[in-house]
Amino acid sequence: MSAIAIERPQEGAASGRTAVKPVRFGRVLLSETTKFRTIRSTWICLSLGLVLLGLFGSIGAFTYDGGGAAVTDGPPGIAGRPLDAVSLALMGLSFASLVVGVFGVLSTAGEYSTGTIRSTLAAVPKRLPVLWAKAILAGAAVFVVAAVGAFAAFLIGSVGLDGEAIALSLKDDGVLRALLGAALYLALVAVFGVALGALLRSPAGGIAALVSILLILPGLAMLLPDSWYDTLNPYFPSNAGGAAYALTETSDRLSPGAGIAVFAGWVALTLAAAAFRLKKTDV
Amino acid sequence: MPSRPGGDGGTAMIEARELTKRYGDKTVVDRLSFTVKPGEVTGFLGPNGAGKSTTMRMVLGLDAPTAGSVTVNGKAYDRHAAPMHEIGALLEAKSVHPGRSAVGHLTALAQTHGISRKRVDEVIDLAGLHSVANKRVGAFSLGMGQRLGIAAALLGDPEVVMLDEPVNGLDPEGVLWIRNLLAQLAAEGRAVLLSSHLMSETAQIADHLVIIGRGRLLADTTVEAFVRETGTGAVRVAADEAARLRELLAGPDVTVSGSTDTELLVTGLGAREIGRVALRHGVALHELTPLGASLEAAFMDLTTDELEYRSAPADGRSAR
Repeated sequence: MSAIAIERPQEGAASGRTAVKPVRFGRVLLSETTKFRTIRSTWICLSLGLVLLGLFGSIGAFTYDGGGAAVTDGPPGIAGRPLDAVSLALMGLSFASLVVGVFGVLSTAGEYSTGTIRSTLAAVPKRLPVLWAKAILAGAAVFVVAAVGAFAAFLIGSVGLDGEAIALSLKDDGVLRALLGAALYLALVAVFGVALGALLRSPAGGIAALVSILLILPGLAMLLPDSWYDTLNPYFPSNAGGAAYALTETSDRLSPGAGIAVFAGWVALTLAAAAFRLKKTDV
Repeated sequence: MPSRPGGDGGTAMIEARELTKRYGDKTVVDRLSFTVKPGEVTGFLGPNGAGKSTTMRMVLGLDAPTAGSVTVNGKAYDRHAAPMHEIGALLEAKSVHPGRSAVGHLTALAQTHGISRKRVDEVIDLAGLHSVANKRVGAFSLGMGQRLGIAAALLGDPEVVMLDEPVNGLDPEGVLWIRNLLAQLAAEGRAVLLSSHLMSETAQIADHLVIIGRGRLLADTTVEAFVRETGTGAVRVAADEAARLRELLAGPDVTVSGSTDTELLVTGLGAREIGRVALRHGVALHELTPLGASLEAAFMDLTTDELEYRSAPADGRSAR
């Protein structure tokens, strides 16, 4: 031992050769940023989300003929809504919500399916910072991308709607709020995906849960008795979130603020369940 | 770090006390206690399914023990501020996203501990992955995956290195590399724990042995003592007058067995004594070979009753 004591400092001292610092949240955040950056699916999901939002929204505006009064079909949140320049701009939102949700699911569930989670938790044995970092990063990245997509769709679309009765500008009442609401909604969907992926630990399971909750649940709820349906319907995750990006408030929907708060509540609940499972169970 | 009394001078680096893991009513690790000391390589041996990997996951806090405890440098793993500096581990190979490059994977790990990019390059070179550092890990061979896992284990310059079946999938050059690397790490004063299900391979690297079967401790000993106690040091002797030699060698602690008319298998006497007896009585020998302990056989003897997955004998009879 004595001969090597020079090379290897006595126990308790920091190593003389490699500087190693304590694990802190900022470092975990940086590490998770690197993980997002170094996976192809991140770039695929984010650019697909951007394209879906921008492209569908623009096409919606350019093909608008002034005839129909409402979107007659399409995914929940869009269907039955009075047609306006904002809802046209957000035609691609439902599809984009799936893509960014999948992005969120893959960021956590992918760690389990590939075994990366063992490396990750060996480096951060407190575990929870990893989940918070993923939620923050996925949410922030999607917020930026979705805001860019939504505004681009609206601005490009307003060229196509020039002269139409429904044409609006960014300065009109509620437009800015609705577009930012859409970005916030999509950011929360990504965090919802992060939570579902961490909770279910399987990409397939997480994606199935995401699609069921966001898209199928509202339709399935129509089987409920009318009085129940009317009471519960506004509180389903995607309906509540939908209130945030609707231009006009209606009586069968929550207000934009309440809507996003309810959706954020669903997301927070799922995230809490995911945190509990992450902290308490073996990996 | 507290110095442990009775730990022959060194600090216990990994210490398991009554460590137990149950899944339902199946006990995978059963009141296992052992110590991994600095400056030596400890071989962690057991047949497949003996509980080695589960034990290692408990060391890292990935699995929580049902009972008992295990500490790394005196603390539970998750209580260390910079755990990768305390212990570096290779668990199953390729616990890495297949779409990520080796550099990406190691950089992400390094950043959690504020470790520099320079160190990432160092371990990549150390593991011989320089030429594939930017390739997707999904395209790696098993051996390259193992090298990446070992690079990750060494990233934090840890005091304890714990490797689960590191030579799996490595070519002979890789096996030699691991052997030298582990010897060097131990010589630097680090504690090395190395799991394997192959006794002969482990005996060439390890100083100390912790042998388990069905989650229970079967032996906690040095390689030398294991060889001495279990390996009987049989000697193969061939002589024309085998029958006469057999009588000459007979003694209270000596067993002589012979399969042919000219060949004997002697246990309890060294080759030197046998040679002397033969010379004194003028028996011509044409072979005198100390077989050494067949480590694998001794290991098999020790663990036979503890095998989790036993193959049926070829003749179809029941094993018991």
